[in-house]
Amino acid sequence: MLGSFAVLRKQSLLGDAISHAALPGIAISFLITGAKDSNTLLLGALVSGLIGTFWIRGIITKTHLKSDTALGLILSLFFGFGMLLLTFIQKQPNANQAGLDKYLFGQAATLVESDVWMMAIVTGICLFVLLLFWKEFKILLFDKDYAKTLGFNTKTIDILITSFIVLAIVLGLQTVGVVLMSAMLLAPAAAARQWTNSLATMVFLAAIFGAFSGVFGTAISASQNNLSTGPVIVLVAAVFVFISFVFSPSRGLLFKQIRFIKNRRDLQLHKTLSFMYDIAITHDDISHPHEVKILNNFQGYTRGTLKKLVEKNYVTLEGSTWSLTNEGFRSALNLYNQLTKNDE
Amino acid sequence: MMSSAQIEIQLIASLVAIACAIPGTFLVLRKMAMISDAISHSILPGIVVGFFITQDLNSPLLILLAALTGVITVVLVEYIQKTGLVKEDTAIGLVFPVLFSIGVLMIAKKANDVHLDIDAVLVGELALAPFDRLLISGADVGPKSLWIIGGILIITIVLLIAFFKELKLSTFDKGLAASLGFSPAIIHYGLMSVSSITTVGAFDAVGAILVVALMIAPAATAYLLTKDLKKMLMLSIVFGVFSAISGYWLAHKLDGSIAGSITTMLGVLFLIVYLFAPSKGIIAVLYREKQQRTEVSLLTFLLHLKNHDEERERHVNHLNEHINWQKVRSKTVLELALKNNMILIENNIVSLTPKGDEFTTQAIDYIITNEDAQIEDMKDDFFLFRG
Repeated sequence: MLGSFAVLRKQSLLGDAISHAALPGIAISFLITGAKDSNTLLLGALVSGLIGTFWIRGIITKTHLKSDTALGLILSLFFGFGMLLLTFIQKQPNANQAGLDKYLFGQAATLVESDVWMMAIVTGICLFVLLLFWKEFKILLFDKDYAKTLGFNTKTIDILITSFIVLAIVLGLQTVGVVLMSAMLLAPAAAARQWTNSLATMVFLAAIFGAFSGVFGTAISASQNNLSTGPVIVLVAAVFVFISFVFSPSRGLLFKQIRFIKNRRDLQLHKTLSFMYDIAITHDDISHPHEVKILNNFQGYTRGTLKKLVEKNYVTLEGSTWSLTNEGFRSALNLYNQLTKNDE
Repeated sequence: MMSSAQIEIQLIASLVAIACAIPGTFLVLRKMAMISDAISHSILPGIVVGFFITQDLNSPLLILLAALTGVITVVLVEYIQKTGLVKEDTAIGLVFPVLFSIGVLMIAKKANDVHLDIDAVLVGELALAPFDRLLISGADVGPKSLWIIGGILIITIVLLIAFFKELKLSTFDKGLAASLGFSPAIIHYGLMSVSSITTVGAFDAVGAILVVALMIAPAATAYLLTKDLKKMLMLSIVFGVFSAISGYWLAHKLDGSIAGSITTMLGVLFLIVYLFAPSKGIIAVLYREKQQRTEVSLLTFLLHLKNHDEERERHVNHLNEHINWQKVRSKTVLELALKNNMILIENNIVSLTPKGDEFTTQAIDYIITNEDAQIEDMKDDFFLFRG
């Protein structure tokens, strides 16, 4: 759901960076409290995720380093630091430490009821805030300057969205793990984007796609041994994306290809017609019959195009000769006029 | 005293650092840093497939297959991007988790009993590297990873020297490179292949994340310090090696993961440069912004003086009320103007000196003709002290 905003804001990889950046937070909050209470760990993850995000911002706005560099940098540095802390924790005499690395790869099976409740509550809050600030989010997303002139506090809204993205990521970490979190954030939104141009529909669709891949993924992974949940969910989401890419009516590759072929055919038709027009205009009588053979010199001509033209009643065929009909002449003239108009 | 294992670890780490820094510099410059992250994750299925075929974690086929997957990743990302359906970064974010998932599932299904750990792929364990020896006809010639990464490094350096001109040109001016007859595509895929191979070669010694860190961080740090490509390459190599060695000793002290502490050292290094770099660092940038704000205020103030002859408008107190500046700000601006001999203050009435007048007249000319940039040069001529 929130992924829609990330995708539209061109911050797709932010999810990846944040999910890695959350690791040191988890480790540090464990070091401080010494307990594996999932709420405190999540808080730690949230804080370090936010620090990572705003540092990325700082790097992009204050230096000439580009966003990809900033992302990669923060991602790897935070993660490395987190690893160092984790190995450091492992050497500590504390029986509790086992299982911290579960956060890395995620295991939906380790979730307990309270975690699920927590997620439900946070999702609810996200939804509420989203509806409350819908207009503001939307304006900020598509026209930042306009939002500023309208007097919205863009910075606050910006921070709000970012915080929610971070929150969603941190929560999702437990389910699918660090690496796959970015896919969970992106895939539903990218799939939804193909079907609609409206933000509301897109967010709605993304939520549905996300939920479906979650349900299907979990079902598939439960039905077989040795299939971890996270990767399966991601693969299901990827299938959604693939289907959307190919079959979406307005943007999909399949229909694009069909449109492309249709356009080319139309073009060939028009070319043949205008060629015929050029021949016909040299005679007083436009429907004067000509040999089909003349057309062979012309590239765009095929038996198929001729047939099409006959079907459209632009041309009549008699034996091995063709002649333009009045209708055909008129539409060719039209075409001709359009062309010259375009040239001007 | 350092044991030979310790020396070997540091040597391997340094070689990896150098091997990563070279392609990393170009990735950063070409704004493709995240590709390295994608590659480092998506080589997993390549490694798994290679392992199924060879049943040997150290066979060269494994490296080749993994590198191939890396290149496939790049091609896929570019294909998705070309369809125009999503932006490039979304394409990256979609491709690598999918490939990674496939890899994880393959491991889970088939290779559960073998030593092929996801942890090892992501994190790596440098400390174990010296124990995996390369034996040539029974003689111990050193750790295997040393040879692998050494070989990759040599290839990288040879390629770098051979194609330096082409790389440089296609990085900074694709159009010119293409018109001179170098194919940007070939250079691009060449660079991608080298990055893939380096990633693969380095990952089993140091893990995927460290590879990414070693590629991006030194280059980014160096980029903050210089704009010269050769210097940038040198600097990133130096930074890489420095963090490799100091990271090793940090890990030694904390008894933690070597890869993690090398990354931490890289982070510390970057943070220092980020804050203190002479012209690009945060402190320098903030200082410059403040200086510019003051100087703009000064100019506004001088223009105000030039426009108003009446004493009421030129009273010191009036500044606070009329131009709506806070006390501190007005004081800074007044002091700066005085220091530069632009104004005179008599009985709290401010007036322009001939120098101040000349400065303001010129500034107005530039503003009217829309050549604001010239004002910066003018400041150098007129200012004795900057804001």
